[in-house]
Amino acid sequence: MTLHSFDWALVIEKLILIIIIVLTTLLITLYTTFGERKVAAILQDRPGPNRVGPFGLFQPLADGLKLIMKEEIIPTAASKWLFILGPGLAMTASLMTSAVIPWSTDLHLFGRTIALQVADVNIGILYVFAVVSMSVYGIMIGGWASNNKFSLMSALRAASQAISYEIAMGLALIALLMTTGTLSLKTIVADQVSGHWWNVVYQPLGFIIFFICAMAECNRTPFDLPEAENELNFGYHQEYSSMKLGFYLFAEYVNMIMSSAIMASMYFGGYDLPFFDESTVAPNIAAMIGIGTLLIKIVLFVFLFMWIRWTIPRFRYDQLMNLGWKTMIPLALFNMLLTGALILAKL
Amino acid sequence: MEQHSHIALPKGSIEKTTTTLNIGPTHPATHGVFQNIMEVDGERVVSTEQTVGYIHRAFEKLAERRPLYQITPITDRLNYCSSPINNMGWHITCERFLKVELPKRVDYLRVIIMELARISDHLICNSIVGVDTGAYTGFLYVMQYRELIYEIYEEVCGSRLTTNIGRIGGFERNFTNTAFTKLEKFLNEYPKVLREFENLFARNRIFMERTQGTGGISAQRAMNYGFTGPNLRAAGVDYDVRVQQPYSSYQDFDFKVPVGTTGDNYDRFLVRNAEMYESISIIKQAYQKVQSFKGAEAEVYHADVPAYYLPKKEDVYTKMEALIWHFKIIMGEIDLPKGQIYSAVEGGNGELGFYLVSDGGRTPFRLHFRRPCFIYYQAFEELIKGGMLSDAVVTMSSLNLIAGELDA
Repeated sequence: MTLHSFDWALVIEKLILIIIIVLTTLLITLYTTFGERKVAAILQDRPGPNRVGPFGLFQPLADGLKLIMKEEIIPTAASKWLFILGPGLAMTASLMTSAVIPWSTDLHLFGRTIALQVADVNIGILYVFAVVSMSVYGIMIGGWASNNKFSLMSALRAASQAISYEIAMGLALIALLMTTGTLSLKTIVADQVSGHWWNVVYQPLGFIIFFICAMAECNRTPFDLPEAENELNFGYHQEYSSMKLGFYLFAEYVNMIMSSAIMASMYFGGYDLPFFDESTVAPNIAAMIGIGTLLIKIVLFVFLFMWIRWTIPRFRYDQLMNLGWKTMIPLALFNMLLTGALILAKL
Repeated sequence: MEQHSHIALPKGSIEKTTTTLNIGPTHPATHGVFQNIMEVDGERVVSTEQTVGYIHRAFEKLAERRPLYQITPITDRLNYCSSPINNMGWHITCERFLKVELPKRVDYLRVIIMELARISDHLICNSIVGVDTGAYTGFLYVMQYRELIYEIYEEVCGSRLTTNIGRIGGFERNFTNTAFTKLEKFLNEYPKVLREFENLFARNRIFMERTQGTGGISAQRAMNYGFTGPNLRAAGVDYDVRVQQPYSSYQDFDFKVPVGTTGDNYDRFLVRNAEMYESISIIKQAYQKVQSFKGAEAEVYHADVPAYYLPKKEDVYTKMEALIWHFKIIMGEIDLPKGQIYSAVEGGNGELGFYLVSDGGRTPFRLHFRRPCFIYYQAFEELIKGGMLSDAVVTMSSLNLIAGELDA
């Protein structure tokens, strides 16, 4: 490829898109922490943060400022580079997922057709899996590098939890892929938009399995064993302070948003607004409506995550493993079998 | 060349396959300051060594230099989740020792306060069990109803946590109408919330799996250890000091003593929950009885014990006799009769006993607190051995180990 034939405009377009997506994700994450506190407050019948700004709206900014201003402490006995790498890796891995999510239909600007997806790779969903599996390294490395027994135990818990639940998640996904016949997220969403029902109708069991596994992957209650504050003293981020701690906490919320986006795209039609014909409005407006729809779906999922977190207790380690290996995986296999049988019967 | 010196490791520490884990003294699972040196094999607890004494304040020794009325604030700091019971227990001990007969109304008022304290104690314990299994909401949700209880204390005695409530011979002042209004408000609002709280946990599958079959103890072992209170009743023994050796006219009340079967964390949770309902019923009965006093009887709030009950301030300023008593009481110039007594009340946590020995001086010769927590903590290793680390934490909160009572 010569320099002349290289599409510089595409590079710039993608760069801008990446920056916008990352910044928006971070902003949304910032307010997800606020949302979490408010949801918790509502469920616990108390006001929640309401001092900084109107309705406490600047609270996340104050939290962020506090975390940045805090003193950095790296334990003397810690493995310094890994200690710094841990939170960075956790954050990077969780942000990278956003690359394959189709945010909406194409946008038409300056005579160009701009796809609102950073990369429509044909292995789409496998890429998500690869990245999500990476995110556990952040926890493992951080937990190990802290040179703290509680952190180490938490890292071990996180690793085994991630492995166990990724299998069930993958199996649930295989059943979905059998019905869609493609790995590309863009095609999966487009199929749901064009006439079909949402995939959740074909894969209800698969969705439930996927949702539970997503909860486990995000380390949310009832699967928040790695950071079980009661026995492990907040686990892997016990020795962290300042923004490195902030990165870990942030990564959890980014993960939550990303898995909500993935779930919305794969099972709930992505940017598809039901009972609405996109061809009746201008393409750009349709794209905007699409983004809004996807965001609303994400918010609903995130709320569901929070609702569950503030309602039920957490599993014990052995119960978690039992659930993963003896319930989720057989169920996912059964779901696969069922899907296969139904596809065969239709033929 | 200078040798870089390492911390000397104890012999055999490299070869060993288990990990030593310090749960406490500063660990969120130890609600207070005490320590478990746990030996864990992965997540499984191999053994544990319980350490006490981190907040030992030498209460029993302090009590040897104090006249009776000055010992009440010390008892506040035993089980601070239900300090009114401790106060009352101490007053009742003194009254039994001094052979003071109390008017019925005072008894009933005390019952109200003690049962409120029992509710607040059980409420904290049960919601903390929830927190330690990972469900935070129950804890914060019920906090505001404990607040209602604290407001009643505040109205009666002026303070909230370490109450120093009542005096030897009764209360320092009569209950105001506001106190009764607040009590009514609590009685109206609380049962609904308790039902909600119960629904959140009692039939929650995750909670049941976390608590059933963990931290269990047989009735025989529990009695051998000297368990009392909810922890013994959860094992199936219906021992309750309120029934076996009634004090403060508990014989006038109609209530059930709930018992469990397995003595595990789940049964302890259920027993405490059931006891809260019983406490509500007792408070209602006591309130009715208190309301039935009319005229001059309704103004009675203390017995006539001039040597221990402070005279009214107006009298102190105007009457010689009252001034003398006031001075003698405050300075602790009153000699106790010779003798000894053991008297116990059903504390929030179990049998809270006071063993008082007097050689005829102005202060006790020896005072021993029978603190139920201290007894439960001995059994801790037996309860958690072989279980998971998370179970140990839940068991710790389910036994309601409160550092103040543990160490005294």
